[in-house]
Amino acid sequence: MEPVDIGLWGVPLAILGGAIRVSTPFIFVSLGECLTERSGRINLGLEGTLVFGAMSGYAAAYETGSPFAGVLVAAVFGAMFGLLHGWLCSFRGVNDIAVGIAMMLFGMGLAFFFGKPYIQPVAPDLPALSLGWWSDIPQVQAALQVNVLFIAGGLLALFMAWMFRSTRVGLTVRVVGDSTDAARAMGLDPDRVRLLSTGVGGALAGVGGAYLSLYYPGSWTEGVSSGQGLMAIALVIFARWNPVNCFWAALLFGGAGALGPALQSVGVSEGYYLFFAAPYVLTLALLVMTSSPDRAMQGAPSELSLTK
Amino acid sequence: MTTLKRLNRRHFLGTSATALGAAALAGLARPAIAAEDLTVGFIYVGPKDDFGYNQSHAEGAAAVKEMAGVTVLEEENVPESMDVQNTMESMINFDGATLLFPTSFGYWNPHILELAPKYTDVRFEHCGGMWAEGDPANAGSYFGYIGMGQYLNGIAAGHATKSKKIGFVAAKPIPQVLNNINSFLLGARAVDPEIICQVIFTGEWSLAVKEAEATNALADQGCDVITCHVDGPKVVCETAVARGAYVCGYHADQSPLAGDLYLTGAEWNWASVYTDMVAKTLAGEPIPNFVRGGLADGFIKMSPLGPAVSDAGRAQFEAARAEIMAGGFAVLKGPLMDNRGNVIAADGEAFAETDVKLESMDYLVDGVLGSTS
Repeated sequence: MEPVDIGLWGVPLAILGGAIRVSTPFIFVSLGECLTERSGRINLGLEGTLVFGAMSGYAAAYETGSPFAGVLVAAVFGAMFGLLHGWLCSFRGVNDIAVGIAMMLFGMGLAFFFGKPYIQPVAPDLPALSLGWWSDIPQVQAALQVNVLFIAGGLLALFMAWMFRSTRVGLTVRVVGDSTDAARAMGLDPDRVRLLSTGVGGALAGVGGAYLSLYYPGSWTEGVSSGQGLMAIALVIFARWNPVNCFWAALLFGGAGALGPALQSVGVSEGYYLFFAAPYVLTLALLVMTSSPDRAMQGAPSELSLTK
Repeated sequence: MTTLKRLNRRHFLGTSATALGAAALAGLARPAIAAEDLTVGFIYVGPKDDFGYNQSHAEGAAAVKEMAGVTVLEEENVPESMDVQNTMESMINFDGATLLFPTSFGYWNPHILELAPKYTDVRFEHCGGMWAEGDPANAGSYFGYIGMGQYLNGIAAGHATKSKKIGFVAAKPIPQVLNNINSFLLGARAVDPEIICQVIFTGEWSLAVKEAEATNALADQGCDVITCHVDGPKVVCETAVARGAYVCGYHADQSPLAGDLYLTGAEWNWASVYTDMVAKTLAGEPIPNFVRGGLADGFIKMSPLGPAVSDAGRAQFEAARAEIMAGGFAVLKGPLMDNRGNVIAADGEAFAETDVKLESMDYLVDGVLGSTS
């Protein structure tokens, strides 16, 4: 099909396409971190989990020929990293932030070590759904290639919101996150709840990593994440620990990241380093705009070491 | 504590003396080995199997490994910071390396320039830098005229493009990158002077997601042939192919990634350069401080032409290659303007491939959409 000259429409289209393409790892990592933080722990190690998920998912997809096997393996390894973090933090006096930083470096180092033989081979990609069938413009069709994991992430955000609001599991996680004493009085075991929440959070981050290496950008390289896991953790605070907000915030970050290349492609080429900083400027601006001295930590689980 | 042996002074002194003695013996033994054996160190800024810049150097290192009497050390993922100084010092002091190839552009200033005066019996050979009179005599810089390869890429691209718009994903606006962009466009314009080239800078040598976004943005704007100058072209290649655009390779052969959409590629040929330099060192001959070479000298090579290149394209490509091999070829020649309207070369003026002025290029020529800052 012949490309159509879309001129300046390229910018909103690239932001839309970028939001869909780039946001999925943000969605999964931030939903995972949201669950973990709601139970009262912070896992900063998710950047390492993301990178290890990308490596293990790519390796498994290459060895088995099935990208879904890759996603599964990435989730399993992610869960193992999460459980290790949760287990270490269950000891008295162990700081979850310090353990998280150690886990981040550990995960990345391990991924680089085992990932060496998988930089060269080409693994099968995850399938995408073409939601642009209604348009004749190839650019629109390309932007609306929606990956199955993106849709899964959106549904998961809705599910988690429902889970926190109206299920027993959600209530348990929230009680443990808001007051260890109250949880104990109810006969719950806070350490176990946190262990499992961190494990599931890690599994989600692993899936996010598999998306990076199996769909977009679609190959395993050591620089594949470039800090997206850390940004996703910050995004949870920005989203006020609400899963649905995490989804929207992830879209916003994805779209903002596409702004720099898109502006250059339509001829706004001066000062591109500034446009590349757009996602971070946006975060700062939104944090300032939504902040208030009265409700700065609104929605924050009160057992979180950030709020204590 | 009761089970542990107390550290007593006599015991401690005894052990230390033995250890020192052993170390002294090892120290005496070392120069004997070093006299026969040349230890060569290669340092890469990224992984050495990245389908790109680092892989091209690692292929050169692999050729050096085959030579008799040479031990090769390699370290990858070394940032352009104090880290590279530590790596170089450890290669020199612990492994006895006397010839170093720190291959990334940013290693030169200040890192090599600081270390070279400290280790005057070690030879530092840097890729891409500009050794000048007054720089340490035991340092040198080498590079190839890869812009000629991008010019040939441009000819293949000029014949393949239907939209008359070709795309370039670039890392940073340094002279070598700008020269590649300009050469790529001028090659395409040798086919059709109406062709324009859109460039997008990602700002970093290796940034997978941004490279993919840049490639998508180029495809959205109708670029149907895409090439790049980033450390690892794998992501750009795969994204371009997914969008149905033709690919011209860079650094190494990417035809396994792009298949039938691969037109050709500008590749480094470090194997011939490195074995030559190591052979000179083994023979005790000096290596010149400033080494440059092109297609004819075996510094660069082209990937075999892909099936999508037309017969007319093939003919023009081969003719241009023969002209470059003959020497003295100029891609940039007058009348030529940059894309801000300044005159770069007047009518009759030309910059041959060997012209050092090309290595301080700070402009994009007329026909390139993009800006250097």
